[in-house]
Amino acid sequence: MSKPKFKNPVVNWIDYRLPIFTFMNHELNEYPTPKNLNYFWNFGSLAGITLVIMIVTGIVLSMNYTAHIDYAFDSVERIMRDVNHGWLLRYIHMNGASFFFIVVYIHIFRGLYYGSYKAPREILWILGVLILLLMMATAFMGYVLPWGQMSFWGATVITNLFSAIPLVGESIVTWLWGGFSVDNPTLNRFFSLHFVLPFVIVGVVILHLVALHRFGSNNPIGIDVKGKQDTIPFHPYYTIKDLFGLSVFATVFAAAVFFFPNFMGHPDNYIPANPMVTPAHIVPEWYFLPFYAILRAIPDKLGGVLFMFGAIMVLFVLPWLDKSSVRSSQFRPLYKLFFWFLVIDCIALGYLGAMPAEGIYVVLSRLATAYYFFHFLIILPLLPKIESTRPLPVSISTPIITASSNASTVMAMREKK
Amino acid sequence: MRFSKSVLYFLILFNFFLSKLALSAGKAIEYPDKNWSFSSIFGTFDKASAQRGFQVYKEVCAGCHGMRLISYRNLAALGYNQDELKAIASQFEITDGPNDDGEFFTRPGRPSDKFASPYPNKKAAIAANGGAYPPDLSLIIKARPNGANYLHALLSGYVEPPKNMKVPEGMYYNKFYSGNLIAMPQPLYEDGIEYLDGTKASPDQMAIDVTTFLAWASEPELEERKQLGITVILFLIVFSILSYFSMRQIWAPIKNKN
Repeated sequence: MSKPKFKNPVVNWIDYRLPIFTFMNHELNEYPTPKNLNYFWNFGSLAGITLVIMIVTGIVLSMNYTAHIDYAFDSVERIMRDVNHGWLLRYIHMNGASFFFIVVYIHIFRGLYYGSYKAPREILWILGVLILLLMMATAFMGYVLPWGQMSFWGATVITNLFSAIPLVGESIVTWLWGGFSVDNPTLNRFFSLHFVLPFVIVGVVILHLVALHRFGSNNPIGIDVKGKQDTIPFHPYYTIKDLFGLSVFATVFAAAVFFFPNFMGHPDNYIPANPMVTPAHIVPEWYFLPFYAILRAIPDKLGGVLFMFGAIMVLFVLPWLDKSSVRSSQFRPLYKLFFWFLVIDCIALGYLGAMPAEGIYVVLSRLATAYYFFHFLIILPLLPKIESTRPLPVSISTPIITASSNASTVMAMREKK
Repeated sequence: MRFSKSVLYFLILFNFFLSKLALSAGKAIEYPDKNWSFSSIFGTFDKASAQRGFQVYKEVCAGCHGMRLISYRNLAALGYNQDELKAIASQFEITDGPNDDGEFFTRPGRPSDKFASPYPNKKAAIAANGGAYPPDLSLIIKARPNGANYLHALLSGYVEPPKNMKVPEGMYYNKFYSGNLIAMPQPLYEDGIEYLDGTKASPDQMAIDVTTFLAWASEPELEERKQLGITVILFLIVFSILSYFSMRQIWAPIKNKN
């Protein structure tokens, strides 16, 4: 085992017994990465950094927060007014949640566009969807903690969804609440779970990275790395690119935190929770709006809940719904079209989720919901049967083959698949 | 890079969607935009106006509305010195206790005290106001969509009701209040108070001043936040430019090979 790999003898001594430096060198330094990644591949690292920001600010906030219905609201205001730079910590944490979702949604749509969920990256994708689910649970419970009007009524509406479960629904809701309404026990357990779930997310993120490093990143043309000529070491090429991406992201994030900190929040959450007064419109945070629209689109309560969860569940089985062997939409003209339809559909659902559930909005929500599932359950499985994909390049290093170029190499590629 | 272009369109759409959302929270009633000194990204509070606003609060609003999150010492941010703060605080009676005999007692306020509440508790406030709770004003600007413009409009919105409208006993017509019927009687009248600095106390002036004061109370960190924000953003822009050119340099051999 032999020749020292590192210049520093202490590092070598440790590495011989605990090969942590070899591991880091392998995974962060020489880790071979496709050389053609575009800026959409920045969003994975941005999500990871945002998670760290959320955990660090969250831990400091928790040192000043009181999880009790009589004190929670005022303890948050104490952070805003009396804790040194408490307003900065809270606004970073509060806006960080929104930015975490923005980053993760872009990350997910990047995966959809470039077919990053396809073999052999199915488990990588599934772990990602699991992270999304955990994020949603964490964000929901975090929103309850300031104990404002939207905190309280959002918690009431969402926990009540479980009462739709036949037979045991009501008992489950009572069990979730720790009582017969959203009250102090609910706030306490939400605080506890909001504290612990981010660390569960960290665990799943580590698995996500292990799965990623098994086959490496997908890339914009979606074909496998054919050899050394297709890759470059992660460091310094992608470390500097991620740093640049981070600095641009941080600029936008800072603009929100310092100049528009409450833009993505709801004014009602600056009114202390009052179980006797229901707000005119109970709206969840913006990142839940598409799911909220699906929930309200279904006229049946249980049906609505099932469809809402189904909207996420369908992502778990996505690798098996999309049967096309071509990953990137660059070579799938029809899929590309439907991808953008899906994006528009999701934005439409988000918009409809914010509108009152009445009149034309209900009809539109139903259409948009139907299209969401139609995309995943009907279009994706059928598409490969009718779609003629564009010729794939031979490798990442070979210039993209134009339509007029030699078709035989393309045929050879196809046969290999 | 066709995808990048489509994404640009997507971001524009997304932006449109967000602004639409923000509007949808604002509802149908439009409030006049007063261009507050504190609303721009370089914004600061007009301290003279906020001090007058504190006087309006103290002499008009404080009869019914508490500000439980604000202490007298916080007023230092509006330009009062320590002696003035002590003098202001001592004008109020604060209930303290229990003392060593187990009794509650009143004493003059100190700068560290929170603003004295007009009512001993919420139930008393509701009982004294015909069933309507006068909301605490500590956060009122942040707790209403388009808060500053809303409050200014509301205070100026007491007009004659339409002929066909019956205004019930104990309610008042306000053209800017959602539903138009508000339990708060018109608070601001021409020369309703006498400003210490000699400014003419027109209803609009008082509405502007008290809104400025309450905006400060809602976001006392605003000036520090915006100033720090400008420093941080400038730093990040420079940092982005530097990291961009570092990236270009590091990637040059790879880009040249292709």
